[in-house]
Amino acid sequence: MSTLFERFLDPTNRADPYSLFAELRRQPVCPQADGTYVVGTHAEIDRLMHDPRISSDDLPDPQHFRWTGRPITDLIIRPVRAEIRKRHRPFIFRDPPDHDALRSRVMRALSVERVRGMRATTERLTGELIDKLSGQTRIDLVAAVSYPLPVTVICHLLGVPPEDEARFHGWATQLATALEPNQRGDEETQAKNEETFGEIADYIQDLVKAKRREPQDDILSDLAAGDESQRMNDYDLIATAVLLLVAGHETTVNLITNGVLTLLRFPEQLERLRREPEIAPRLIEELLRYEPPVQYRTRLALADIPIAGTTIPEGAPVVLLIASGNRDPARFTDPDRFDPDRRDNRHLGFGGGLHYCVGAPLARIEAEIALVALSRRLREPRLLADPPPYRQGASLRGPSALPLAIGGVEQS
Amino acid sequence: MSEAPGRVVIVGASLAGLSAAKALRTEGFSGSLVLAGDEPHLPYDRPPLSKQALRGLTSADTTLPQPADLDLEFRLGVPATGLDRAERTVILADGSRLAFDRCLVATGARARPWPNSAEAALDGVFTLRTRDDAERIAARLRDRPGRVVLVGGGFISFEVASVCREMDIPVTVLVRDSLPLAGAVGAPLGSFVAEVARGAGVDLRLDAAIARMQGDARGRLAGLVLEDGDRIETACLVVAIGAERNTAWLDGAGLATDRNGLRCDRFCRALGADGTPADGIFAAGDVAHWPNPHDGGALVAVEHWGNAVAQARTAARNMLAGDAAALVPHDHLPDFWSQQFGLTIKLVGLAAGSDAFAVVRGSMEERRFLAVFGKAGRTVASASVDSARWLPAYRAAILEGAPFPPLPGGVDAPARVAMQSLEEPTR
Repeated sequence: MSTLFERFLDPTNRADPYSLFAELRRQPVCPQADGTYVVGTHAEIDRLMHDPRISSDDLPDPQHFRWTGRPITDLIIRPVRAEIRKRHRPFIFRDPPDHDALRSRVMRALSVERVRGMRATTERLTGELIDKLSGQTRIDLVAAVSYPLPVTVICHLLGVPPEDEARFHGWATQLATALEPNQRGDEETQAKNEETFGEIADYIQDLVKAKRREPQDDILSDLAAGDESQRMNDYDLIATAVLLLVAGHETTVNLITNGVLTLLRFPEQLERLRREPEIAPRLIEELLRYEPPVQYRTRLALADIPIAGTTIPEGAPVVLLIASGNRDPARFTDPDRFDPDRRDNRHLGFGGGLHYCVGAPLARIEAEIALVALSRRLREPRLLADPPPYRQGASLRGPSALPLAIGGVEQS
Repeated sequence: MSEAPGRVVIVGASLAGLSAAKALRTEGFSGSLVLAGDEPHLPYDRPPLSKQALRGLTSADTTLPQPADLDLEFRLGVPATGLDRAERTVILADGSRLAFDRCLVATGARARPWPNSAEAALDGVFTLRTRDDAERIAARLRDRPGRVVLVGGGFISFEVASVCREMDIPVTVLVRDSLPLAGAVGAPLGSFVAEVARGAGVDLRLDAAIARMQGDARGRLAGLVLEDGDRIETACLVVAIGAERNTAWLDGAGLATDRNGLRCDRFCRALGADGTPADGIFAAGDVAHWPNPHDGGALVAVEHWGNAVAQARTAARNMLAGDAAALVPHDHLPDFWSQQFGLTIKLVGLAAGSDAFAVVRGSMEERRFLAVFGKAGRTVASASVDSARWLPAYRAAILEGAPFPPLPGGVDAPARVAMQSLEEPTR
């Protein structure tokens, strides 16, 4: 008999994980057979996100790997690999104090002005992607718009030359599995990720050198600037760039795709968005609550934490099930209803506390521009499969394709 | 309580006043709503006045946002001069009378003036409480005044000193006590702020008091002499020695007013001189003096932004409550923030009167830490410097009355938590 959380992880439940949550929330903090604690209620998730006894440094500990009996592997290759991986931990897998220093640099580089400045480019790119659909009647929204838009935007912000963007697409897809807790454990994925990481690391190192020689108005130039005593070391630079690429990409793909899917399931909301694009910001907040692109994050308890009648013991992995907290009736009235007019919508879609999404303003802009443009320009869009096929990941959850029938494309 | 109100008068065009108006409408009040204020401005936000406003933020930037459908009648630029409880009327300085079914007293506080009125009248001697005050000081700072002197050891002094240092203006802070802020946040944090200020180039004088100010022939401030005989040359001095509550207009109304403000009960109902709730009269914000459940019901006046908003909302709900059973208590755990010398300091809970202190995350050396305050073995307050993201966990610990120090272990904790005992500050 599998636990509720195992059922949630099971790909056959990917299309509708939400029906499992009501039962799961009956016990706010659920111990699992493997020692993990799953937290599914809004108040407790919010509380743990702000609890200093909760660590984000939860990458698999090499000490927990099984011995292979091959001394070279066990005593040399693995520890060296583990050390390399540890040094390349991006700041979402780190705790203060070093987390804070890295994050504040990224926050400065991802400034309000810079993000706002991406509006026009994002609008132009969206327009071009939709233009390409003209003459077609059957499209896959993911391949046509949701996927290419965010990667192009983030490459633009980072300062990746346009001719190299295609390579980034492939890397981003592979490395997203490293952010996927239920995939990153298996050896094959790890080997593939390490290979990909090697390629992207080499590429970024070269790019950083170029940015140092000739700084430009982009994030990598900002992060690479300064003399050696102050600036980020190269490990952190690579880790940060990869993180921005992957986290700034995969999640936004899901946000846009989930958005179109949801709007097609509630056609009156699609019609409303078409007529009143000014509702987009609130609609997107509701989307982040209703279909959050990141469904859960994992943490580690550094001390015994008594909470909601249970004590999470020191050393236990903790799963913060954002998607369930977002549907918690104790926090949201009529939580399973998609209601863009919802007031006081304190969803957990961007996380909370120390690790609140640094890319939130960018994600909001991208989703707003894409959804408004799609609602206006796709003529008579219709879902060809409901539910659509989903990607493997349970945490970064989203359709792998969104086949649509359209009656054409309006001129922009 | 009586019939549903048709007319509500709010006295005080402040954060508390406007918050109450918004809350009344949100709670469904559809009657007439009047907001009277002595300043000519629409309600504005005060926290920026000692910070960004001194560096060129324009007045309009501090105006508090108002929903378009608030349907609120403003009576601005006319102070209230009296309240007639029998007639249920507020009297304004221009002689007009505002009849009410419910009245909210939100007249706040004013800057405590310099006690020597001749010195206070010198050109170049300022207080900082209103938007006009901030504009006058900002204009003086733009003229590069030479040395600026701050009198008082509170957060306002250090915030203004911080702005001056950012503008590369020499600045002296005069503190009467042996440490700044010790009464409010304890000696360790007071010493920390002192050290940060000194590191930023502030000439901080402790145990310092002004013997006299000196003016020139044209009535302009020229300098001052300290009690120890030191002379400081200055043409710009800001008096920041606390606030006085605006209750004078209530004299004769038969309400429980004193220097601590207008007494009210935990439901924000103003009390009459006989100690019973005055019918239909409520209070919120800096002017209110209320029993705080987080301090064993001790009477406090909390001059913080968050309290003004929370108390106004509670007062609004209770103004519309049909009967006593529908009243909700004001149960706000005080909190506030300050920005100075590039640091953001936040405090939650009541640190005054605590007996123990410990840094539990980060370190003072790094200027990035979180500290907790204990009283009789319980956690009563927490302060953060550039680490506010942990504060909600500590707020919860305070509300639970967690043992001191709370939340042991975890991220970024010192190898050994050093607990310091705090002496009761003497005044």
